[in-house]
Amino acid sequence: MVYLTRKIEFSASHLYHNPSFSAEENRRVFGKCNNPHGHGHNYVLEVTVAGDPDPATGMVLDLKELKEILQREVTDRMDHRFLNYEVPELSGQIPTCENIATVIWRLLQPNITRGNLHRVRLYETPDLFVDCYGETNGARAALGVSR
Amino acid sequence: MRLHLTRRYRFAASHRLHNPQLGEEENKRVYGKCNNPYGHGHNYVVEVSVSGPVDPATGMIANLAELDAFVEREVVEPFDHTYLNEEIFEFRERVPTTENICIEIFDRLREFPRAKLERVRVEETSLNSFEYTGESLGSGR
Repeated sequence: MVYLTRKIEFSASHLYHNPSFSAEENRRVFGKCNNPHGHGHNYVLEVTVAGDPDPATGMVLDLKELKEILQREVTDRMDHRFLNYEVPELSGQIPTCENIATVIWRLLQPNITRGNLHRVRLYETPDLFVDCYGETNGARAALGVSR
Repeated sequence: MRLHLTRRYRFAASHRLHNPQLGEEENKRVYGKCNNPYGHGHNYVVEVSVSGPVDPATGMIANLAELDAFVEREVVEPFDHTYLNEEIFEFRERVPTTENICIEIFDRLREFPRAKLERVRVEETSLNSFEYTGESLGSGR
C-alpha cells in the first residue's frame, strides 16, 4: 500500500455564530470568531489517497485527475468565498475546521475512483488542523446515527 | 466521521542527557554533545491531537480556548524556560530525551476532560520529532 498526498491552498472567510445562542453566549463560546463581519484564513488542504500502484503506469492514481477533482470540488466552491453564506454544503453548520474537513471528505470521496481516500487534513493556520478519516462502522454505530 | 483535531504549542527549555548509572566515559559515548554538563536548549514544538464527536451546536470537538488553557497549565507554563532535569520532577530520575518528554506530556494531558487524547508529537528541532499515542510501555519503566 502506498499513500499519495496532494496539497492545495484556498483562502476564505467565515464567522462562528449559533442563532440559538444569545449574543452573550455566542461571544463567550466563540470569542473573536464571533465577529459579525467575519474574518479569513489561508486554508491548506492535504488529501491522502491510499492504494497499490497500477503496474502499467506505476501510479496509485493520476495526479492530474486528482488535481482536477480538487479544483472542481474544493477550490471552485470555497476559494475567496464567505463560507457561511456561499457554500451550501455548510449551510446551517458552524464552519469550523471540523465541519469543513467533513464536508470536503464527503465531496471528494465519491470522486476518488482509484485507490481509497485515506485522510483529509485541513489546516486553518499552521498551528491548527483537523484530520478526517471518514466514517467507520464502529463510529456510526456508537453515534447511533447515519450521517 | 472520525476526526482528529490537532493544535501546536511551543516551549523553550534546556536539558542534559546523562544517566548517573552509567560511567562518565559511557555517558559521553552514548549521549555525545548532549552530555555537556552545562546543558543546552531547544525550541520544542508540541502537537496535541484529540478526537471525539463534533458538538452540532458549536461545530467543535473541543473548544480551543479550553484545550489551550489546559495545555498551557499542564505543560507550557511548567516547562517553558526551565532546565528540565532539575525543574520537572519526573526528569530528576528519568533522562529528558524527547522520547521521555513526549511520554510525560501525554501523561499530563491524558485527563483532558473535553475530548479523547489521541497523540502527542514533539519536535525537538525541525529535523527530529517523536510521537506517542499512549500505548503501554515495556517493563523498564
